[in-house]
Amino acid sequence: MFLINCPYCGERDQSEFSAGGEAHIVRPKQPTELSDNQWAEFLFMRKNIKGVQFERWNHSHGCRKWFNMVRDTSNDKIHAVYKMGEKPPIK
Amino acid sequence: MSKNLRITNNRFIDQTSKISFKFDGKTLYGFKGDTLASALLANNIHLVGRSFKYHRPRGIMTCGSEEPNAIVQLGKDPSMTEPNTRATEIELYEGLEASSQNCWPSVNFDIGAINNFFSPLIPAAFYYKTFMWPANFWKLYEYFIRKSAGLGKSPSQPDKDIYDHRYLHCDVLVVGGGISGIMAAKTAAKNNLNTVLMDDKNTLGGTTLFQQNECFKINNSYSNEWIKKEIKTLNSFKNLTIKTRTSLAAYHSYNYLLARENLTDHLDLNEKKDKIRQRLWKIRAKKVIIATGAMERPLIFNNNDRPGIILSSSIKKYIDYYGVKCGKKISLFTNNDSAYETAISLNNSGVSVNSVVDIRDKTNSLIVKQAEKLGIKIHWKSSVVNTNGYKKINSIEIMKLSDDNTATVGKKIIEECDCLGISGGWTPRVHLFTQSGGKLKFRDEDNVFLPDKSELDQISIGSCNGDFELDEVIKNSVKLTNNFLKVNNNDYENLEIISSKEIDKKNIWLLPSDIPLGKTKPFLDFQNDSTANDVKLALREGFKSIEHVKRYTTTGMATDQGKLSNMHALGIIAETAGVKMGELGTTTFRPPYTPLTFGVIVGRNVGEFFDITRKTPMHDWHVDKKAEFENVGQWKRAWYYPIDNENMHEAVQRESKAARDSAGILDASTLGKIDIQGSDVSEFLNRVYTNAWSKLEIGKCRYGLMLNEDGMVYDDGVTTRLSENHYLMTTTTGGAANVLSKLEDYLQTEWPELDVYLTSVTDHYGTVSICGPNSKKILSKVIPDLDLSDKEFPHMSFKNALIDNIKCRVMRISFTGELSYEINIQSSYAKSVWEKCFDAGKKFNITPYGTETMHLLRAEKGFIIAGQDTDGTMTPVDLQMDWIISKKKYDFIGKRSLYRSDTIREDRKQLVGLLTEDPNEILEEGAQIVGKTNKQPTEMLGHVTSSYFSPNLNKSIALAVIRNGKKLKGQKMFVPMKNKTISVTITDTVFLDKENKRLNA
Repeated sequence: MFLINCPYCGERDQSEFSAGGEAHIVRPKQPTELSDNQWAEFLFMRKNIKGVQFERWNHSHGCRKWFNMVRDTSNDKIHAVYKMGEKPPIK
Repeated sequence: MSKNLRITNNRFIDQTSKISFKFDGKTLYGFKGDTLASALLANNIHLVGRSFKYHRPRGIMTCGSEEPNAIVQLGKDPSMTEPNTRATEIELYEGLEASSQNCWPSVNFDIGAINNFFSPLIPAAFYYKTFMWPANFWKLYEYFIRKSAGLGKSPSQPDKDIYDHRYLHCDVLVVGGGISGIMAAKTAAKNNLNTVLMDDKNTLGGTTLFQQNECFKINNSYSNEWIKKEIKTLNSFKNLTIKTRTSLAAYHSYNYLLARENLTDHLDLNEKKDKIRQRLWKIRAKKVIIATGAMERPLIFNNNDRPGIILSSSIKKYIDYYGVKCGKKISLFTNNDSAYETAISLNNSGVSVNSVVDIRDKTNSLIVKQAEKLGIKIHWKSSVVNTNGYKKINSIEIMKLSDDNTATVGKKIIEECDCLGISGGWTPRVHLFTQSGGKLKFRDEDNVFLPDKSELDQISIGSCNGDFELDEVIKNSVKLTNNFLKVNNNDYENLEIISSKEIDKKNIWLLPSDIPLGKTKPFLDFQNDSTANDVKLALREGFKSIEHVKRYTTTGMATDQGKLSNMHALGIIAETAGVKMGELGTTTFRPPYTPLTFGVIVGRNVGEFFDITRKTPMHDWHVDKKAEFENVGQWKRAWYYPIDNENMHEAVQRESKAARDSAGILDASTLGKIDIQGSDVSEFLNRVYTNAWSKLEIGKCRYGLMLNEDGMVYDDGVTTRLSENHYLMTTTTGGAANVLSKLEDYLQTEWPELDVYLTSVTDHYGTVSICGPNSKKILSKVIPDLDLSDKEFPHMSFKNALIDNIKCRVMRISFTGELSYEINIQSSYAKSVWEKCFDAGKKFNITPYGTETMHLLRAEKGFIIAGQDTDGTMTPVDLQMDWIISKKKYDFIGKRSLYRSDTIREDRKQLVGLLTEDPNEILEEGAQIVGKTNKQPTEMLGHVTSSYFSPNLNKSIALAVIRNGKKLKGQKMFVPMKNKTISVTITDTVFLDKENKRLNA
């Protein structure tokens, strides 16, 4: 059970949060101009990394804010949390 | 009670307070402070159960949580009885009742014991191999196997006990109250850290508490006297919480731990009443110190499972702590020094020790010398090759070991005994460490797995970290704790410690015997009855991975999770396969460390607290009218309102007819309501709905369909423009929370530039929906000031109004196809408005209707219910709702997906109407639809999604999804049911009032 440092509320128990999949996938601005393959790439293809992964999380039972997290999936270590729209603090 | 099995000068058990208890129906006596196991042993009862597979007699083997044999059924009350409890952990109380498990008709005469004679025919995986075929016989096999197997009986009635959950936050959590744990807790507390110390026993002190031996002294006192003084000093710290009878069950990442505290299990029956029985602590610790100690290993030799064979250190605890002699003529069998501590304790208490059988060559450690001084006989370099006695051990057979330790040599010595203590060395309890994700390393010198790397802020100290000598335990625990907590506690510097040191170490995983291995029974896993032979067989049959061998032989898979058996299984596998144990690895230890009751897992979340129940403001009215309720998500919705003895069908027919003929009233309060404000709301709605919203005027309502990005229908509802920048969106009842979070997601992550604010107001307003040709007349009586003319208040529009000076919003929208109004009013007034409408409608036979009638009425009109007629694979085009997809909008959620190669396929499943050939035949929802009946197997073309008997059309109607359905209109199809095949015709989805005349009736 993680202890997650919500960028708005501070440290809270994982049970207050919900995970929202891979981060930094930008919704295409002009979907109509994409081929089926390009659209499918955005719609379906997600990474499933063993190691450092960038993820979206939502403080769903708290402030309801979405934010990003850098987490190592191999040991669940959270390296950073940062607000939506911000650049990842680590690469 | 056999008095001569108790020694009198005992300091831990109050021999003045006698307790009566029942075991297998027989009344026995023990003392306050006993465990069930120690009391049984004091009554000379060793045989407490039968083994799982061979039904061999089994006795108490340990004194703690690792007990494999003495698992008993506790209590008789069908709501309170508890199976698989360990007699070694149950504290005795007045009125306790326990019984043996896995035996019939009794533990002394067990019919299943015949399995023991057939045991050569029941090898590892016998059940897998034998009952595989014929496949359809499994049902028969299963019945008998389940009857004869099984450990204990689960309670048949709801648990009456109270359980509880609590959170706990601390700087330092110390797990284990032995000598290392006590020193660590004191060090933490002294340095002003908020500290918690937990131990699963009822007192602190571990085994040091009763260690009174010349060979183990601290500052010139026996170590037990020293530890007692230390325990006393702990009480002075206000920042130290001590929890005894509290067992750490699980250790998760981020130092999140679960512990079970037993609050009343040790109390007398009448004292338990109305108190919380067990509490689950949910702990978040900044730092964790694991000091869980080590457990003694058995030795693996022929017939090592007879009642009376007990771990040597347990015999020591029974005599030193409980004052109970495990036998009158005790022999000991060991590969290490600790059995000599037992020998000395027994000797000091006046129990005669036959001999110590030691597989090592003569060794000269302090403790061995002391034992020799006391005249205890030692068989060096010898092994027990067999034991005798059926229900209890009566003799052992001793032989010398050959020089290469692979065989036995010389003359066999038979030694009579009534108890055999065995010691195969020590296994550090690393379970919690590995549960937390820690990696282990192997120490070859004494064959132990030790904590190595961990990602968490934790350390292991004491014997769970591989320190087995008293001086090393103290020295290393202090050093590690000081470093870990970054403090400098010098209380334990310059202690004068006397500690016997083990000089010689030797280990043989599977001891040799004078008879061939195949004819012996060297048990590894006592609870699951697997032997060393089973493991060897598995290896011969080609199993290599430890995880596979474990599952194939079930070694380590019983309720004790193989606490005693795992190391030997690994050792034998490594030896047989010729690999190093360190390379083999271990199986995974999973929480809980010891079994938890379901009660403590669910805590207070039982019965009505299991899940939230949401009720509308009008709920009590529905109850008064004897409505039947339907669960929709967490909501209780009125389903139908039976009058007299009406069944559901009759009630729904009556309600549906009344709503169309005159007037009906529906509680629509559960629909999700989202208040949307901001200057960009119309642009936002344009992006989330498929249709166009830019031109929606103030005071107008519009129906919208929401898709997922994959183009599939997600939710639907009506949104009203209340004022320039203020909208009210409704969603389906079940979808409300998900829609809100989806919209929030887009607003926060994709379109942060939009000035839009979302607030859930579902619970803030109650909604009264009145429909039917007379609804206008009724509403005009409730709100006389409101102009209800079609010109002023047309379909799909909204008005602010006052009812008794209370503001409300009235929408003219319809889900039934009838003229219909919805009044939204602050929840606290909703019931009174409902009653007002009902009273005003009495003249028109206003009929309350529930969700079932609502579903029927909308089906007559072919309106979909998202989630019933859609299932996450339906696009608006599949639903024949092309009209709602804006061609002009550049983008909306899911738009691009509507012309992917898959979504433009013409043969997708599409929503159609169905009429049965026999108008009285009602289809079953979910029934499959086929095109032909003369061909088998036939292709499934689709299924029925909604089906009703329409009283207004006087025939059965249904909605269905059928492959290529749009083009099949007018075609005949078949719905094959169990006893008949129903002929149907594909039709349009709208069955009633295609011209929508009734909306303006």
